[in-house]
Amino acid sequence: MQQLANPARFLKLAQAVLAPIWGLTAIAFAVGLYMALVTAPADYQQGETVRIMFVHVPAAWMALMVYSAMAVASASAAIFRHPLADMAAKAAAPIGAMFCLLALVTGSLWGKPMWGAWWVWDARLTSMFVLFLLYLGYMAIWQAIEDPHRAALVARIVAIAGFINVPIVKFSVDWWNSLHQGASVFRIGGPTIDQRMLWPLLVMALAYLLLFLGLLLIAMRSEITSRKIRQLQFARLEGR
Amino acid sequence: MKLIWALIRRDLRLATRQGGGAGTAIGFFVTVIVLLPLGLGPDQALLQRIAPGALWIALLLSVLLSAERIFQSDYEDGSLDAMALGVVPLELVVLAKASAHWLTTALPLAIAAPLFGFLINLDPQAIPPLGLAMILGSLFLSLLAALGAAITVALRRGGLLVSLLILPFYVPCLIFGVAASSNSELIGPSLLILTALVLAGLVLVPVAAAAALRAYLK
Repeated sequence: MQQLANPARFLKLAQAVLAPIWGLTAIAFAVGLYMALVTAPADYQQGETVRIMFVHVPAAWMALMVYSAMAVASASAAIFRHPLADMAAKAAAPIGAMFCLLALVTGSLWGKPMWGAWWVWDARLTSMFVLFLLYLGYMAIWQAIEDPHRAALVARIVAIAGFINVPIVKFSVDWWNSLHQGASVFRIGGPTIDQRMLWPLLVMALAYLLLFLGLLLIAMRSEITSRKIRQLQFARLEGR
Repeated sequence: MKLIWALIRRDLRLATRQGGGAGTAIGFFVTVIVLLPLGLGPDQALLQRIAPGALWIALLLSVLLSAERIFQSDYEDGSLDAMALGVVPLELVVLAKASAHWLTTALPLAIAAPLFGFLINLDPQAIPPLGLAMILGSLFLSLLAALGAAITVALRRGGLLVSLLILPFYVPCLIFGVAASSNSELIGPSLLILTALVLAGLVLVPVAAAAALRAYLK
């Protein structure tokens, strides 16, 4: 990690790994979608609508993972003064928010035929919606404070404070009687989901993860560039 | 300790002499409650069912509305810099200012709220548990309002941002507060969880808010 602290070295590395990441993302999505839409069996109760799960569940996992990563990056920025950590958290936020929105929307599309309602005020849905609001609040802080160094200091606090919601989302189905399904993959005692559905799900999750990494690297690269531009503009103004 | 009391006394005196503290907040609170039956229709049974939740939401909004004042004037006139340089740690300054906000705004609201319940046909039996839950919960609300105020202290138009940032954190308080208010027993599990929230807030909020203030004071 210390090796990557240097933005120039980071940019070089990002340039090198981006193309392979995009290639792997495309392959993983092709395989994952084929398995999810063609080879995976329809559910005996839900019928074909179960296929929404292969889009919905990895998106929800990613929404949680990205927020956790933002909190870890913010904490390491506060502790180790890692110069790229704040940028990583800032760059990750819109991507995580999109994953969160995707999970909410696909869940809603699935809920209408299954539960008979687009939205129910259930613990999992509510906490997921709160997660979306936290993403928006975090991004609003970066927007509202002009000086990026000061914005980073304040945004860190927001990211770390908001992390308290992540375990609530994860365990909401266990703590409260929920309409939402309980955990069937990451649970004590191993997954209860059928193998033929588990594998497409895991491949899709891998595809999402690769997509996230690719988008994150691009967003961080443009963030570094825009800060460079900002500094050059200041330097020019001072030079006059 | 003496200095902390002095800080609290100073804020209390400022709030009483400047006016516009508890009085305005209670006025806002009553207005929200009055608007409710106008929007929902005067169905007494419906109003009774939603009364505890409606009172809680009105309480959240009124506390949030007054949040901006906690640090803003002190930041603008420089007294906050003096406090940051003083012997009292900034964390305790935050705690003192949050408790002053609680005493001047949130606590009067929490005490008055169940009494205004008669406007929306609150079940009289629900008044003791609602009052107790609101008095406890209002401390949590004040603490989080202080955190929101600290995060947005130097921003123009920080008010809306405070709502976006802090309202999600109010969700647990709202859920357990309403659950505790509609309980038949006075001290139920929901009230205990609410108390746990307050205690956690008392420890964590001053640290986070002080860190935010330091970012602006640099």
